[in-house]
Amino acid sequence: MATYQEVYHQERAGILPRPRSRRGILSWITTVDHKRIAVMYGVTAIIFFLIGGIEALIIRAQLAAANLSVVDADTFNALFTMHGTTMIFLAVMPLTAAFFNYLVPLMIGARDVAFPRLNAFSYWVYLFGAIFINVSWFVGAPPDGSWVGYANLTSKSYSPGFNIDYWVMGLQILGIASLAAGFNFIVTIFNMRAPGMSMMRMPVFVWTTLVTQFLIVLSFPAITVGLILLMFDRMFGTNFYEVAAGGDVVLWQHLFWVFGHPEVYILILPAMGIVSEILPTFSRKPLFGYPVMVFSTILIGFLGFAVWTHHMFTVGLGPMVNSVFALATMTIAIPTGIKIFNWLSTLWGGSIRFTTPMLFALGFLWMFMIGGFSGIMHSAAPSDMQQHDSYFVVAHFHYVLIGGAVFALFAGLYYWFPKLTGKLMNEKLGKLNFWLMFVGFNITFFPMHFLGLMGMPRRIYTYDAALGLDFWNSVSTVGAYVLAVGVFVYLVNLAMSLAKGERCEADVWDARTLEWSLPSPVPPYNFARIPHIVARDHFWHVKHEKSAARETAASRESHEDAHGIHMPDQSIFPFLAGVGMIVGAFGMLYSVPVAFVGLAIVVLSIFAWAFEGVGGYYIIPGGEEA
Amino acid sequence: MSHGAGHVEHTATGIPNRKLAFWTFIASECMFFGSLIATYLYYQGKSLVGPYPHEILNIPLTTISTFVLLMSSLAMALAVFYSQRKELAKTRLALLATIAMGLVFLGFQAYEFTHFYHEGLTLSQNLFGSTFFVLTGFHGTHVAIGVLWLTSVLLHTFRPVDPARRAVDIEVAGLYWHFVDVVWIVIFTVIYLIGASL
Repeated sequence: MATYQEVYHQERAGILPRPRSRRGILSWITTVDHKRIAVMYGVTAIIFFLIGGIEALIIRAQLAAANLSVVDADTFNALFTMHGTTMIFLAVMPLTAAFFNYLVPLMIGARDVAFPRLNAFSYWVYLFGAIFINVSWFVGAPPDGSWVGYANLTSKSYSPGFNIDYWVMGLQILGIASLAAGFNFIVTIFNMRAPGMSMMRMPVFVWTTLVTQFLIVLSFPAITVGLILLMFDRMFGTNFYEVAAGGDVVLWQHLFWVFGHPEVYILILPAMGIVSEILPTFSRKPLFGYPVMVFSTILIGFLGFAVWTHHMFTVGLGPMVNSVFALATMTIAIPTGIKIFNWLSTLWGGSIRFTTPMLFALGFLWMFMIGGFSGIMHSAAPSDMQQHDSYFVVAHFHYVLIGGAVFALFAGLYYWFPKLTGKLMNEKLGKLNFWLMFVGFNITFFPMHFLGLMGMPRRIYTYDAALGLDFWNSVSTVGAYVLAVGVFVYLVNLAMSLAKGERCEADVWDARTLEWSLPSPVPPYNFARIPHIVARDHFWHVKHEKSAARETAASRESHEDAHGIHMPDQSIFPFLAGVGMIVGAFGMLYSVPVAFVGLAIVVLSIFAWAFEGVGGYYIIPGGEEA
Repeated sequence: MSHGAGHVEHTATGIPNRKLAFWTFIASECMFFGSLIATYLYYQGKSLVGPYPHEILNIPLTTISTFVLLMSSLAMALAVFYSQRKELAKTRLALLATIAMGLVFLGFQAYEFTHFYHEGLTLSQNLFGSTFFVLTGFHGTHVAIGVLWLTSVLLHTFRPVDPARRAVDIEVAGLYWHFVDVVWIVIFTVIYLIGASL
């Protein structure tokens, strides 16, 4: 644990006194520390991961055998809609955001992100958007147009209730959160790097974060426009998706998938980054082919924008369009395949330690590959015609999103827990956690390949016994509950390790990136002295290579001014701006004056935020105590 | 310009944080307006009932408002120029001119919208109405936000602020203002110059 003291110079104050509590609820609401924001993102995302999981378990219970009626058809529609929406926007994306927040400043040798208050704003807007969209359950109007919300299922005439309105407003709010975070992290990565941390010395996780943020910044506007047009159709009587007035429902599909396909890489690239940090550590080897990994990441991001109509092969856009997009889709297999081989080469000849994070990372490698193979099958348009809208597709993307993204995120949760808390997680429970999830996941989703090829369509709430779909559906349901037990074991492990986990040293895994050079937990100012980076894998280099390198690095470290490290002040306004957004969203549904009140709160908060300034206080770091 | 920015904050690229953030924001806005303009083009000439564009669009009138908006960009550029040379009075004058021309543009748009409404073109009348009002309406909203922002910047010049920092403040607001102008050039071309005959 690091010791330090805080010093306040009375600086120019804003309209209100700045909040300065370091403990209690107000300190969390007003925090601008990227590490605390990361914790809030992580905890919230895991809660929504559990909610989305419960929705999935109800879906599997309903489908366990033919002609069941655990829930009715309408509820089933709402369940798969909210399961998809929750898992993508409220669980996996925010969990990756937790990693961005915690790791990016630490890995590039910075004291915080470029815009600490904007960072807090992103979190609060996400939280309020997530709450807003889930309030729909309690007013009896949960969204039920599936996570892709195809027009004209979502039109006022076919869906007159508030269901779709909650979805439309909720996703717009969540988009603002993601965009704000996108601008913030791009600037952070370009501008806040420590001296010597050139772009090609950055850890691969930082690179995947950077490309992910570009994907967010460039793809979210498309869905925002799609949602705005839908909102105008529903609330102000425009004709964008009204076939009777000449409108075309395919417009929605284009706008949605121009966003929707990059979104797939928004979910998987951070996972690839996490795995690229964990495999080298537990193989005791540098990452194989670093520059190629970086360029593959960029290439995946670039090609991700050129493949959206492979989600629309059955729309009837013609053989020319389908061929072009089929070929573009197949080329994505090249950079992805390169990555897989680089990971395998990293393992090759390494002295491998099979810790829990390593098991999850290896699970990722294998399961993501299976998802990738079925992805290549979809890329051929004629083949996709057979698989489209069947359980084969459900199997495919769960292999990518659970076997891929979620396994890598769990690897990350286990890997960085000691850094976050200064304590170890229980390895025995960790391994039990991994094997339950691994086995449960495969029992759940592998049979869905068969079900799909047997002709079972997605999004049906039941099926007839004569179709012969019972057996594999029952197997799949059993698997889902095994997977759920695996997740439960994680929660038990988390609670036990937080309460009485074994204390551990700062560099517990003998790792390579900068965050491991800091005490655990990391002090608020991160680096007492900003390091001067002399090599890729700087920390490893300084730790294990020639002592001359160590001395050079130490001599070049920046020396702080006598008055200490400048820290930004806390602020209430990011939180208030988030409150304004949820008030405004409710107003859009129920009462126009309330919508204007919400808008006024947002505008006033932004003005107050701009005029209060960064403010700040100083920290003088002391020594380190055991 | 760049040496002035150096006093503001030290960054790895040398570009001030807010300026870089604004460039990424503009990239995002390009996709936003790109999607709206694509929607307009997708539905061009597909309205089932009138009023149609050629019956209602007034090119000479909108040419005047376009000219005013483009001139406001000149005033904005002057404001940035003077703020970097620390000539506060001229900076204020240029900002005031930019704001005034922005308001004139909004006035023309308000007149145009009301006029079209009386001619029978509403949001729900036909696809032209839906796409026209939403595209130009979002652009107008951007201009209005710009006017509000520049007014705040103008008022802020009366507070004691480090001139180098203020120059970056004004430059960032200028980036936004020029971007909104550039978008209008595309919209004016697509809707009025090319599309008015449809």
